[in-house]
Amino acid sequence: MASLLRSRWLKPVVFLLCLLPLGLLILRGFQGELGANPIEYITHATGDWTMRFLLITLSITPVRRIAKQPDLIRFRRMLGLFSFFYGCLHLMTWMWLDKFFDPGEMWADVVKRRFITAGMVGFVAMIPLAFTSTRGWIRRLGGRNWQRLHRLIYVSAAAGVVHYYWLVKSDIRLPALYAGILAILLLLRAPFARRQAAVRAGTASG
Amino acid sequence: MLIRKAPEIRYSEVTPKQVYLNRRRFLAGAAGLALAKGEAAGAKLENLRKSEFSTNEPMTPYKDVTTYNNFYEFGTGKADPARNATKFQTEPWQLKVEGHCNNPKTYDTDSLRRLAPLEERIYRMRCVEGWSMVIPWIGYPLAALLKQAEPTDKAKYVAFESYYESRQMPRGRYAGIDLPYREGLRLDEAMHPLTLLCFGLYGDVLPNQNGAPVRLVVPWKYGFKSIKSLVKIRLADKQPSTTWSISNPREYGFYSNVNPQVDHPRWSQASERRIGEFFKRKTLMFNGYGEHVAPLYDGLDLKKNY
Ligand code: HEM
Repeated sequence: MASLLRSRWLKPVVFLLCLLPLGLLILRGFQGELGANPIEYITHATGDWTMRFLLITLSITPVRRIAKQPDLIRFRRMLGLFSFFYGCLHLMTWMWLDKFFDPGEMWADVVKRRFITAGMVGFVAMIPLAFTSTRGWIRRLGGRNWQRLHRLIYVSAAAGVVHYYWLVKSDIRLPALYAGILAILLLLRAPFARRQAAVRAGTASG
Repeated sequence: MLIRKAPEIRYSEVTPKQVYLNRRRFLAGAAGLALAKGEAAGAKLENLRKSEFSTNEPMTPYKDVTTYNNFYEFGTGKADPARNATKFQTEPWQLKVEGHCNNPKTYDTDSLRRLAPLEERIYRMRCVEGWSMVIPWIGYPLAALLKQAEPTDKAKYVAFESYYESRQMPRGRYAGIDLPYREGLRLDEAMHPLTLLCFGLYGDVLPNQNGAPVRLVVPWKYGFKSIKSLVKIRLADKQPSTTWSISNPREYGFYSNVNPQVDHPRWSQASERRIGEFFKRKTLMFNGYGEHVAPLYDGLDLKKNY
């Protein structure tokens, strides 16, 4: 397992797997299989995958620790960037196919519709993370600051869940499921975060 | 202006429908499902009158009308009802007319359907979610049934109720709304000639997912007012409570007239996407039926009474 995780080939394979939802969406589009309202279908599919990739990214750290597979860290940045990628597609679908780039209408939606406001918060919080995801930026910011900044992913995931909860009309099962998964992922971190804080206090190093 | 070509010609332009129906029949047969006699998918409704209320806009394809539905008793996804309502038993059926009337009565589907001549009405349908369709419904004015019931002076409203039975509709449990589904109209709205008691679409009886065997169609109101699979009509003296306004009173009012000026907290109502079209179009006041229904609301503040 450990050697597999370290394999040179695994990264491109995971990369391609992450593109699969987009590939399937395009394929279905060409087959005319997106249903009666294709634009709604695309909005939902891209929104779903933004949320899922956020949760998958957040699961890397706890799973790494619990399964004792430190090499999983190799995939975290890529998964996070895919979340941003699907988020961009999701936002673009809305800007283009729903609002036809009308700035007035878009602004009105962002300030008036709370589910759009929440979605926007979630998306905007991802931007600095995507921007500073390179090794160069880790160095420039310093590990501690970089880590602190990247806690914004919690904001993004929480805003995504709230966005979803606010947009459903009455059936809240899926947003509740995502909220549950997010809560578990956060709880799994708690003991580790406490230990880390203790270590930091003890060594007083940066 | 309202004269149309013969419907046969227009249906034949929608070839996918026959292909689709045949496939559905084949699948149903293959699965060994016994379809109720005479009520098989695609049973024809004959001798339809035309109506001057019909629009001559292009109709939404049969496949879209029958695979993109909000019918939460069969699931909350748009494609769920078509998948989950295939075994819905609509025979025998009873529709009870009761309340403040001299002539309460219970009808079966057959006697109900024979009550007045069937008409084809091609109506626009505007969903509160911001999409719309053009559908060739079949039915007769609800007024014909209500006149039979002879409402008394006390009757000011009409309350409607859908069928709900958790064994036939196991997904209703997760709908997140109170079931059975309930709707209501003012008596004058219910008596309006546009308000249709509907038994079919595209020349056939209603598919299950579209509200078989009998539903309401109120074309100047958001789609959720057009209640499906009706089992009860009650003439009432007070404004009845309705499912969506119970679930979320801030977002859904009793009237729910299509109104591009009254914004919904979730969706702008200024424009809509006609199913099958890429660009959005402006939403019309009363869904374009203002010349017929605007007088019903003289003196009523439509911003407050949304
Ligand atoms: C972290 C960022 C975001 C996440 C995780 C996210 C996630 C989601 C999810 C899960 C859905 C529901 C999909 C379904 O029903 O299957 C959705 C729908 C939607 N999202 Fe987002 N979203 C985000 C940001 C945004 C932004 C920035 C906008 C626009 C400004 C937006 C606009 C929409 C719209 C219009 C819908 C469809 C609403 C409807 O069907 O009524 N989202 N999103």
